[in-house]
Amino acid sequence: MSVAVPGAGTEKHEHGHGSPPGSNYWNAEKGLWSWLTTVDHKRIGIMYLISTLIAFSLGGFFALLLRLELLTPRKTIMSPAMYNQAFTLHGAIMVFLFIIPSIPGALGNFFLPIMIGAKDVAFPKLNLLSLYLYWTGALFTLGSLVAGGLETGWTFYVPYSSTTSGAVIMVTFGVFVAGFSSILTGLNFIVTIHKLRAPGVSWYRLPLFLWATYSTSVVQILATPVLAITLLLLIFERAFHIGIFDPALGGDAVLFQHFFWFYSHPAVYIMILPGFGLISELIAVHAKRKIFGYKAIAFSSVAIALIGFLVWGHHMFVAGQSEMAATIFSFLTFLVAIPTGVKLFNWISTLWRSSITYSTPMVYAIAFLFLFAIGGLTGLFLGMLAVDVHLHDTYFVVAHFHYVMMGGTVFAFVGALHHWWPKITGRMFNEKLGRISGIVMFIGFNMTFFTQFILGSRGMPRRYYNYLDQFQPLHQFSTVGSWVIGLAFLIVLYNLATSLKSGAKAPDNPWGGMSLEWQTETPPPTENFRVTPKVTHGPYDYSNDPNATGASDS
Amino acid sequence: MTGPKIDIGSFWLPKQSSTIAPSIDFAWDVVLWTCIIFFFLLMVPTFYFVVKYKRKKETEVTSAIDHSTKIEVVWTVLPLVILIALFFVGLAPWVNASVAPANAIEVQVTAQKWNWSFRYPNGTTSPGKLVVPKGKPVRLVMSATDVLHSFWVPEFRVKQDAIPGVYTSLWFEATQLGTYTVQCTEYCGGPEGDVAPDKPGGHSDMLATVEVVDEQKYKDFLESGGEDKSIPIAERGKKLFQQWGCNACHSLDGSKLAGPTFKGLFGREEELADGSKVKVDENYLKESILVPTAKVVKGYPPIMPVFQGQLKDPQIEAIIAFVKEQK
Repeated sequence: MSVAVPGAGTEKHEHGHGSPPGSNYWNAEKGLWSWLTTVDHKRIGIMYLISTLIAFSLGGFFALLLRLELLTPRKTIMSPAMYNQAFTLHGAIMVFLFIIPSIPGALGNFFLPIMIGAKDVAFPKLNLLSLYLYWTGALFTLGSLVAGGLETGWTFYVPYSSTTSGAVIMVTFGVFVAGFSSILTGLNFIVTIHKLRAPGVSWYRLPLFLWATYSTSVVQILATPVLAITLLLLIFERAFHIGIFDPALGGDAVLFQHFFWFYSHPAVYIMILPGFGLISELIAVHAKRKIFGYKAIAFSSVAIALIGFLVWGHHMFVAGQSEMAATIFSFLTFLVAIPTGVKLFNWISTLWRSSITYSTPMVYAIAFLFLFAIGGLTGLFLGMLAVDVHLHDTYFVVAHFHYVMMGGTVFAFVGALHHWWPKITGRMFNEKLGRISGIVMFIGFNMTFFTQFILGSRGMPRRYYNYLDQFQPLHQFSTVGSWVIGLAFLIVLYNLATSLKSGAKAPDNPWGGMSLEWQTETPPPTENFRVTPKVTHGPYDYSNDPNATGASDS
Repeated sequence: MTGPKIDIGSFWLPKQSSTIAPSIDFAWDVVLWTCIIFFFLLMVPTFYFVVKYKRKKETEVTSAIDHSTKIEVVWTVLPLVILIALFFVGLAPWVNASVAPANAIEVQVTAQKWNWSFRYPNGTTSPGKLVVPKGKPVRLVMSATDVLHSFWVPEFRVKQDAIPGVYTSLWFEATQLGTYTVQCTEYCGGPEGDVAPDKPGGHSDMLATVEVVDEQKYKDFLESGGEDKSIPIAERGKKLFQQWGCNACHSLDGSKLAGPTFKGLFGREEELADGSKVKVDENYLKESILVPTAKVVKGYPPIMPVFQGQLKDPQIEAIIAFVKEQK
């Protein structure tokens, strides 16, 4: 076992044409045009980061409006028509413009090449095209705000979506275009990981974030075209009255749901797998311990990606599919729990005999373990046929997927944003404020969403503007929780924004990380490494235990 | 929102009011306790480690043990066994809930933005109110006319989408007398503008009630078309006038809509499309409700739907009494 010294294992070479000493990707070139035409994966990552955070703010703004409206049954602040638009946009923006592109687009772009010791992704220009496709898709999607709005829900179920007067074509076209961004990014990452690893970066020396990103990329490439086809068919049906899904035109309404969920269930793993990857990084670095069960975690990502393709029918237990299909889908759904459980067990085992700092990223990672455990376990309720019939399309489902998507992915994302903030910006944020933000967010999140489990199982359907008076106290508590979440994000925003101006200068490796991104300068130079690194150890070789054997049973 | 309150039976779930509810709740209890146990199995070590292994100094030695095949096998296989068990626990009551008994009363359910309509084998049609006998299985055969809807009675633990173009079905046997709320659980939009003043929330106001009654009351309901004789007859007529949507074409204030106004209608002499004249009396009104095209008033299109077989005599009498009152 090699002794862990940050920077050890990178061999210094003379290098012919690097950027001048002291320059980094921020100051290498100046001006807006240099950003818009850049092929530097880090700059593209930054632009993704800003764009997806704007999308998140917008989606969050709609969420706060929705919660405010639900403070009372009947009208609180908006009309039913506005409410229906608000929850549609909240869902569509959060799914298609924030959670799918955020981690791969922002953090994946920035760190994937650095973590394998590459200068850039395999196809830098294609990478820029992905960003422009994302922007184009976002413009169309948000354009619906001024083009009559959209009130179909983010799922676009027919025949509602094929008959409504809303801007369905515009938004589905936007999602269609953004889908290509997702496909091309996935393709780029897969080729990059296969072809551009620095000397010594074997597959089993890949940081687990990259295993997760790799698995995600596979799903993006295989599943997203199905969404594209589905949306295209929907556009054809609306524009040319070709009967595909609408029964009035001779189509099949349930077929749409099959097509839609054939993409959108794997897409759930597009949303959560990168978050899993981030948690592996956060826990290993901030507990300074060799990750437990590296291969188990790596292959569980692959397993989730594959099994994820076979469970879409669990969204349709009461939608009129055959009993045989429902039974098979229920069974397969339970199988996803195995690799998911394996991950949780290994992360928790990584904390065993480790050295844990209560740093901001660790606070978010621990919150993730708690929230994702609830999110994952409540999925079992929904996998059980008899129980799902009662819970389907209620607030229980809303609570479940927010525990996974927000309690899981968003907490991992915010934790990782703090984790890599010094590397990205060269500035340290306020630790105390960071920890406070994590704790406040955790409290607000549970207030908002745990309440919704109770609402749902007691009988509150989702997408309701009006509701039975008996549900008002729980709705009010949930709404107050949403304000606490809002406050937490304001603290995060304030903390990170002020760090840019007045934060201490960040060292190259503030957390003592072993993976390659910590071995280069802060912020990194345009070519990432002044000399090509040669890697001689794994990304989590933290142990300085001289008697270590590596395995408990070897 | 107007609708019977959902009686809460336990912390999590509504009261059990159908024969299948207890078996479904058993599955709920199994998965709930499995999850609670697993949650603590995960979180107790997590927080124990977080406290115990808090970093005290920078040079701390951390473990190099990075895998254990034995333990990986244990925490893969053991959950697999538990998950397969959960699958079967969830499957069993669902199989029962999927197959209706052969002797079930069949009721046709039509879902249309934002109303539920229930039609019985004898032709009795009841908008917005499903009346069922206690202790008898009832099978609902459902369809939708516009978009997707979904029928849910939380106390019965049954839910099924209603889909345009196909029939879907569910069944239940109610075990408790009482009134229950049906909620639509498949998003079906909302009204634009003022088209549905009684359903401003659209989807979220697409409610109906289930009245579980004893055998005798159920028989009375089928014979009378569901009329409550304790309410004054003209008032019942007014309710039917709204429930059946007569108000869409017949005004009460004299204004001309798609059909003649009810104001001053009774006793008036109307000229028909063929030029002949008719005096509006009880017989003319009854005929015009059952077979509206028989004698269409001049100047109006023959578009009124036929109510033969849908409205029962007591209901027609109530509507006539209501029309008489519009002087």
